[in-house]
Amino acid sequence: MRSGVIAQKVGMTRVFTDAGEHVPVTVLKLDSCQVVAHRTVDTNGYTALQIGIGKAKVKNVSKAERGRFAVATVEPKKKLAEFRVDPQHLIPVGAEITADHFVVGQFVDVTGTSTGKGFAGGMKRWNFGGLRASHGVSVSHRSIGSTGGRQDPGKTFKNKKMPGHLGVERVTTQNLRIVQTDVERGLILVEGAVPGVSGGWILVRDAVKRKLPKEAPLPGAFREPKSAAVPAQAEGQENA
Amino acid sequence: MNIIEALDKEQIAKLSENREFPDFEAGDTVQVNVKVKEGERTRVQAYEGVCIARDGGGINQSFTVRKISYGEGVERVFPLYSPNIDSIKLVRRGKVRRAKLYYLRDRRGKSARIAERVDRSPKGKGAAATAAE
Repeated sequence: MRSGVIAQKVGMTRVFTDAGEHVPVTVLKLDSCQVVAHRTVDTNGYTALQIGIGKAKVKNVSKAERGRFAVATVEPKKKLAEFRVDPQHLIPVGAEITADHFVVGQFVDVTGTSTGKGFAGGMKRWNFGGLRASHGVSVSHRSIGSTGGRQDPGKTFKNKKMPGHLGVERVTTQNLRIVQTDVERGLILVEGAVPGVSGGWILVRDAVKRKLPKEAPLPGAFREPKSAAVPAQAEGQENA
Repeated sequence: MNIIEALDKEQIAKLSENREFPDFEAGDTVQVNVKVKEGERTRVQAYEGVCIARDGGGINQSFTVRKISYGEGVERVFPLYSPNIDSIKLVRRGKVRRAKLYYLRDRRGKSARIAERVDRSPKGKGAAATAAE
């Protein structure tokens, strides 16, 4: 299992292919997406990479977190996330993952926080059909209708689908195709829509339900940490 | 939003290579040479009609061309930067007072005509001449 990356959703546009078709794409940006720490079986009981993205102002980072970043000799990050990896696919701490981590044409699973929709009715939230437009229905055209039985069972069952808060939850969209990558600007273009608002944090991983293409770099495509690669790597192992 | 704009700009530049875009608007008669794929080979088919609308901006720009084909009104929407368009030719300029000429859909024959626009300014004369060619 390879590591995924954290990216920032930039927005959507379209790409024309040579065949003349146009592909709707979401643009994701990798802004200094670095490995911050390792999780290993010895110390944590599982193997994972902690990855951070963005630049947080030092004054907004707690002292404890500052210590964590100092150990890894990386700048404070705005967003941190862990990705489970195979032990042989660990990437050294401080390495910056680049956009060519993903191969054009490969499929990815994308996780984000969906756009908030506030308090939503049954029709929008659960795709209920609502009531009829005529035949005596008054005022309640978009209501949910009945919620249960009569004297028996005498209650509304738990988990009955009802109006309530919609959105702002973790949503994963599977099997989105990578259309284009741009290492210099750190851009990944993914076909189709990605959950969440523009500017939101997005987790991108290799698709679970598709085979990883052979060209995909293992353990990943990354730039070595700026301060001499070798000592940083050694330090990373010490942390582990 | 800057990244998206930059991406679109690059793509427009790439798609506009060896292609010309005449300055046409709603009311103008245009000839769109469309690439048609027939099995293995592609050929160019001309589609001529009145541009009744221009939509969108940047790379999302599109235009609608309406013509009467065998007594039946036909409308086609083309993305301006589509690689499927071989070329666009401005045939005739029209004098209209709307940006969207959807009213033409309800008209037939004489009432669906559009008067030709004659630009009398010295700057516009050259443009009109080239358009007429």
